[in-house]
Amino acid sequence: MEIVRSHILVCAGTGCHASNSDEIVEALQKHIETEKMDKEVRVIKTGCFGLCALGPVVVVYPEGAFYSRVTPEDAGEIVREHIVKGRIVTRLLYQETVQEEGVSSLSETPFYKKQFRVALRNCGVIDPENIDEYIAFDGYSALGRALTEQTPQEIIDIISKSGLRGRGGAGFPTGRKWQFAAAAQGDVKYVVCNADEGDPGAFMDRSVLEGDPHSVVEAMTIAGYAIGAHEGYLYVRAEYPIAVKRLEIAIRQAREYGFLGKGIFGTGFDFDLIIRLGAGAFVCGEETALLASIEGRRGEPRPRPPFPAVKGLFAKPTLLNNVETYANIPWILQNGWEEFTKIGTEKSKGTKVFALGGKIHNTGLVEVPMGTTLREVVEEIGGGCPGGKAFKAAQTGGPSGGCIPAEHLDIPIEYETLMSIGSMMGSGGLIVMDEDNCMVDIARYFLDFTVDESCGKCAPCRIGTRRLYQLLEKITGGGGTPEDLDTLEVLCKHISENSLCGLGQTAPNPVLSTLRYFRDEYEAHVRDKKCPARVCKDLLQYKITDACIGCTACARVCPTDAITGKVKELHVIDQAKCIKCGACEEKCKFKAIIKE
Amino acid sequence: MKSLEELKAIREKTLAGIQLRKEDGADNVRVVVGMATCGIAAGARPVLGAFVDEIGKRGLSHVSVTQTGCIGVCRLEPVVEVYVPGEEKVTYVKMTPEMVQRIVAEHLVNQQIVSEYTIGAAE
Repeated sequence: MEIVRSHILVCAGTGCHASNSDEIVEALQKHIETEKMDKEVRVIKTGCFGLCALGPVVVVYPEGAFYSRVTPEDAGEIVREHIVKGRIVTRLLYQETVQEEGVSSLSETPFYKKQFRVALRNCGVIDPENIDEYIAFDGYSALGRALTEQTPQEIIDIISKSGLRGRGGAGFPTGRKWQFAAAAQGDVKYVVCNADEGDPGAFMDRSVLEGDPHSVVEAMTIAGYAIGAHEGYLYVRAEYPIAVKRLEIAIRQAREYGFLGKGIFGTGFDFDLIIRLGAGAFVCGEETALLASIEGRRGEPRPRPPFPAVKGLFAKPTLLNNVETYANIPWILQNGWEEFTKIGTEKSKGTKVFALGGKIHNTGLVEVPMGTTLREVVEEIGGGCPGGKAFKAAQTGGPSGGCIPAEHLDIPIEYETLMSIGSMMGSGGLIVMDEDNCMVDIARYFLDFTVDESCGKCAPCRIGTRRLYQLLEKITGGGGTPEDLDTLEVLCKHISENSLCGLGQTAPNPVLSTLRYFRDEYEAHVRDKKCPARVCKDLLQYKITDACIGCTACARVCPTDAITGKVKELHVIDQAKCIKCGACEEKCKFKAIIKE
Repeated sequence: MKSLEELKAIREKTLAGIQLRKEDGADNVRVVVGMATCGIAAGARPVLGAFVDEIGKRGLSHVSVTQTGCIGVCRLEPVVEVYVPGEEKVTYVKMTPEMVQRIVAEHLVNQQIVSEYTIGAAE
């Protein structure tokens, strides 16, 4: 690779890509050519930096200047000022890095300070479409050493001792899973990667595949060697076009370099990878349904045992891990299991990636050591709720997880502690809710999702979740009774105990956890017929207060002519006609329209 | 891919090119070229190019080349400052691409300051 004096890294993850990062790359290149500096400056597309809320992100090295919310129009200024004259464009800098005595390092900002990157180690650092850069950052050395110097059992022992647990959500010890698959009898075995990230709002696996696809390719090849498999499948959802494209490039490059194919590293070991696209069914994230889908059958789960390690893909022993789990493997083999066990807590080792979303300042991707408290993630890294609103709850684990109230914010993030308070680690979606969110409505939202995504194979899930949803609709619609709350609990218990797979077993979690921590909100809905957060439309009324000066703006904007009143006189809303669209409240300059 | 040595060769070849992205560059030497209008007018651009070339040729991955604004002595431009960690900075003045080769060889490789090119000698 040519030596150049400056690298301009542009985030090309899905988030920044959607806000035109491709055009920024083009504009930068055009301006660099105009300045005749194309021999000394390189523009590189990388994976996600994590700070998606401030995208598109551009980082200029060697200074490490972190520019946020860059537009294609800013490219000229960055090139002319920063690249030509060496004057950092302060206006575009990420404000947290701007200090009185100059620019601080990105790793010193509140967003990055508490993070520790293992799975995301190369995201935003290397060009994911260039295998040489992955190699330069120690890529494929773990594979090389494994094949030439270690036995399969030694590798499994290292993974076991590291304490790594499945990052897909359930937290099963990875080493034990590998051991089972290695011990299973069979001449043909498979390695499978679950990249069917289905939780609404979660994008950890996508970011790993987009920013560092080779880490997964390398880890799966190591896994193949460890358990004795010669073929691997990557099950990726088709909604991730950038991730799929970069994986395809990575697999092609790995074949060219001989990291995949026959006789890898001059040994007798053969391995290759195949990509399978999923159509986006949530249930296909469940392992048995995923395997069925790869085989070309309908994505439905089946009872376990037999577990996939014994009888999986095409009825052969199969090792199935999640993207993030695989991304940890090369790091552990390079740095040793001892290093890995130094991160995290006693029972949960290493780090966890979270996709921060909802009512939070720094929407984006973060990776923290296990044992970090939720408060640190939400308030320090995430920057708290925007607009000075009060934090109400954090939802982990997506539709299978639960809501964690403010009183539990200080618990450390670990598999067991999250379970003990009625939520779960999940794959890493973390949705923050503030005082304006109605918890009953949130539960209804998640059930709406589960009802849609239930595959329908077993009755407790198919019928149970629908009944659960109908009850929640009744409550948010104002028709609920106190008895309904008891019915909810009974139904939840029944669904979770009798469903066939994880989808149904965990589907009631959002209801159970909100009932547990926010029962007062449920009671307000059924007893007082009020929605305390003023979200449920059927339980609130728009009213005009004395602050009205009679400007008629609201009457003009009302789509159903529900507002009447003369000019300069107090207006009134006809509740029978009002459809509660909120247009009048938005229009009123005098804050005279209130919801109650 | 046949051996670990082959992998290592690719690694080292690429690493030199992307070293400047590593944040833990505490022991890195910085070569800073004055690139304000005065510097550019006096010919700082070819000087900077020569540094990049020369450092690349010698594979000095611990040296980064950056640019800065006007240092204040416009009459002595092009000005280049060399920062070696733990040592006082050295300021070279009235630089030309021809002088670059010697500075790289003597100062950056052999830690011998080229006194006759420094601001002390010019004043």
